[in-house]
Amino acid sequence: MKGFRYLAGVATLELESSLCVGCGRCVEVCPHQVFRMAQKRAVVADRDACMECGACALNCPAAALKVDAGVGCASGLIHEWLRERKIPGFNGGGGCCG
Amino acid sequence: MVPPGLYAVGEPDAEAPVVVTANYKMSYDIVRRALSGRDVWLLVLETYGINVWCAAGKGTFGTGELVRRIAASGLAQVVSHRRLILPILGAAGVAAHRVRQRSGFEVVYATVRADDLPAYLDQGAATPAMRELRFTWYDRLVLVPVELVLAAKPVAPATALIYLAARLLWGADAAAAAALSVLGAVFTGIAVGPVLLPLLPGRSFAIKGAVAGGLYCALLYALAGGANWGGAATLASFLALPAVSSFYTLNFTGCTTYTSKSGVKKEMRLGLPIMAGALGAALIVVIAGRFLA
Repeated sequence: MKGFRYLAGVATLELESSLCVGCGRCVEVCPHQVFRMAQKRAVVADRDACMECGACALNCPAAALKVDAGVGCASGLIHEWLRERKIPGFNGGGGCCG
Repeated sequence: MVPPGLYAVGEPDAEAPVVVTANYKMSYDIVRRALSGRDVWLLVLETYGINVWCAAGKGTFGTGELVRRIAASGLAQVVSHRRLILPILGAAGVAAHRVRQRSGFEVVYATVRADDLPAYLDQGAATPAMRELRFTWYDRLVLVPVELVLAAKPVAPATALIYLAARLLWGADAAAAAALSVLGAVFTGIAVGPVLLPLLPGRSFAIKGAVAGGLYCALLYALAGGANWGGAATLASFLALPAVSSFYTLNFTGCTTYTSKSGVKKEMRLGLPIMAGALGAALIVVIAGRFLA
């Protein structure tokens, strides 16, 4: 995203190029322009811009994309961590997005 | 909350485009306003009053709800075409190829912002700018009040505790100074860090927050008689205040539009122990200072 870069080398995005059918859906759904088309196949042009929203993997009809999708939100992750450890008072929804 | 279902904007006919949105009141109002003066069908999904992006993450703005809403609204009888226009940020919840299999409707993801819908409808395609997420200083500024209110609940009792403990050990003046300086560090982490985000060094939010907190502490030292603080209080301030600011700026990752789960996990794994260590060290320093002096 213009003016903003997050940590490099952490995104879990994987593209299995041999499965790609060249539909271009990943280019269409990615709000950070991670993909581009080259020789009728998708290529990862900017992996570090990936925020792991999972839209590309969910919309890939050939299941060529994999990403450990989730929300990049510290309080959400803290809530998740507390809930997993069954700390009382954290059985409800996560901290993010209401 | 807007009841889910099919709505008419203007006087749409069987050829009119169908735009899909969430039943968050604000999303609905913004989309309606953007489309005013046009003839468009608006299919509102049941997202329980939550916006498109968050609802897509939760799966309520999702394939299942979209397919159900198409059937329940009788959309296939209302329009002659089979094309739905969805917001790009809804793609994290909807699998376009599954919607097509299950309902016969083709999904196209149009733009990130509803404001670009008129231009999209006129051109029939999105420009790169329409597909791009942005995060302006104004976008960040409007988030600050909400974050301050959310933080008040845990911060108020913690500050009260600091005040009481400091009052018992050092007296009223030191207690007020300690409580106010902590509140300042919280404010720095929640408001100053996020607003100055691109100006602060590094990519890590924890580091950006620590830098903002360090600057705040230096400013406090310069303007609030730092020379008279004494060694222990000075050292403790420079340990604890940046740690507090760092925590709250790291917390702002949840409000951004570009941080990834893996990145935030990495920051937390490295940052939280350092923050806790700095707070613990600050506590030891002030207590040792009190009893050794």
